Amino acid sequence: MRAVITVIGQDKIGIIYEVSRILAENSINILDISQTIMQDMFTMIMLVNTEKCSKNFKEISDTLGALGDKLGLSIRIQHEDIFNSMHRI
Amino acid sequence: MLNSLEIMETIKMIAEEHLDIRTVTMGISLMSCAGSDGKAVSQKVYDTITKRAENLVKTAEELETELGIPIINKRISVTPASLVLGGSSNPDDFVLLAKALDKAATTTGVNFIGGYSALVHKGMTTGDATLIASIPEALAVTERVCSSVNVGSTRAGINMDAVALMGRIIKETAEKTKDKDGFGCAKLVVFCNAVEDNPFMAGAFCGVGEPDTVINVGVSGPGVVKCALEQVKGADFGVVADTVKKTAFKITRMGQLVAQEASRRLNVPFGIVDLSLAPTPAVGDSVAYILEEMGLERCGTHGTTAALALLNDAVKKGGVMASSYVGGLSGAFIPVSEDAGMIAAAQTGALSLDKLEAMTCVCSVGLDMICVPGDTSAQTISAIIADEAAIGMINNKTTAVRLIPAPGKKVGDVVEFGGLLGSGPVMPVNGFKSDDFVARGGRIPAPIHSLRN
Repeated sequence: MRAVITVIGQDKIGIIYEVSRILAENSINILDISQTIMQDMFTMIMLVNTEKCSKNFKEISDTLGALGDKLGLSIRIQHEDIFNSMHRI
Repeated sequence: MLNSLEIMETIKMIAEEHLDIRTVTMGISLMSCAGSDGKAVSQKVYDTITKRAENLVKTAEELETELGIPIINKRISVTPASLVLGGSSNPDDFVLLAKALDKAATTTGVNFIGGYSALVHKGMTTGDATLIASIPEALAVTERVCSSVNVGSTRAGINMDAVALMGRIIKETAEKTKDKDGFGCAKLVVFCNAVEDNPFMAGAFCGVGEPDTVINVGVSGPGVVKCALEQVKGADFGVVADTVKKTAFKITRMGQLVAQEASRRLNVPFGIVDLSLAPTPAVGDSVAYILEEMGLERCGTHGTTAALALLNDAVKKGGVMASSYVGGLSGAFIPVSEDAGMIAAAQTGALSLDKLEAMTCVCSVGLDMICVPGDTSAQTISAIIADEAAIGMINNKTTAVRLIPAPGKKVGDVVEFGGLLGSGPVMPVNGFKSDDFVARGGRIPAPIHSLRN
């Protein structure tokens, strides 16, 4: 399954490292990545493939959510369909 | 690849503007359970519902997690109970059936089950009359069962005997649940032109034209529309309508996706997406605030009906292309107690019952979740129902009445329901009587434009 991970919050050192470390540990492949500072907020969007991940979606979502809490950021993972269906006809 | 702005727009809608899927409702036909023995039918009904809906809540929760969009309610609608137990003339049999529905709702984990209903727009069968008589007791002894009665239609006219009866039933329901300020009435809707595929409570039931099982989805998102309109302050109405349309399109696409996925995973046909703007008491999730954003100082002042007409129409125009099947009630809801802006408007005196009645001519349903004084007579309630049904009948639209004559409460008091049902200020009704009008009985004939063949 292809999913979109969004990371939003105060910029600090090591955000990309921490997020990618968890993805690597869970065999989640990063397909695309973009990062910018939007209205003073660190904003990262990743397109990933979860096919080889052994955990179910809720577990990954909870793991990333917990990392977000630890780093003081909002981290979400969502099926890419929700974005495609809203913005593409 | 999607661009960042699009992704962030969706995230913002969900995180900050209360975008959600209001309900995934499974319609379940109970025609195969029909009979006249209360006990046997109740058992069959319980078994059928718990089997067909066993994975409903689990599947909806999985979708919530994967798509990252909240699905607020998971619900079930069933065949009108008066048809399922049509052979019985014992109200106790119906109460037994209501308890079975309640138990099935608890077992499957849904928060409401609709369909404790009767369709009596032209006349009443024994089963219909018995079910209606049992409504006050059924709603008092159950938690999750919702009831509705259709008393009129454009094709059949208005059954004024049923209208008179429902005034008394609403009073009795309030009395039976007076320890909870008449809460039973919040689960009882009187309709004109009721629809068979409505996913929203309390009026949902699974019509006789529906398949064995079906998935209907109701979307929401007043907060998203309000935020979109904040970006076009001062622009003319063409721009306003266009902005609402674009937003409604995006909101509805969410509903379509969830409906399709739920239908596929549950292996149940996809019925419809209901294109609705359904408010909640949460700040920022109000239909009234959208109307105020258009330039009204308070919802309910002059101009409100026009603003609501534009909003309702633009929601449909935007939503209709976003979904393969549109149905249900489709439009903006104006339930007073469930909308922070409506509550504030009623409390400040900007919004009256009369204005709400006018607004129901141009929005999706009717006088919804309105608290009236506890001493309002059954005849006055019936007359309010008759007015509302007349608007529905003549305008070929669904109208409904969900009034709570809260026992012991007076104008200015506030009734607390809690949760999504919110809290309602008690609003004044017209003090002049309609008793002789209601006492006439019989039927108001169908209007001339019902003769379309």
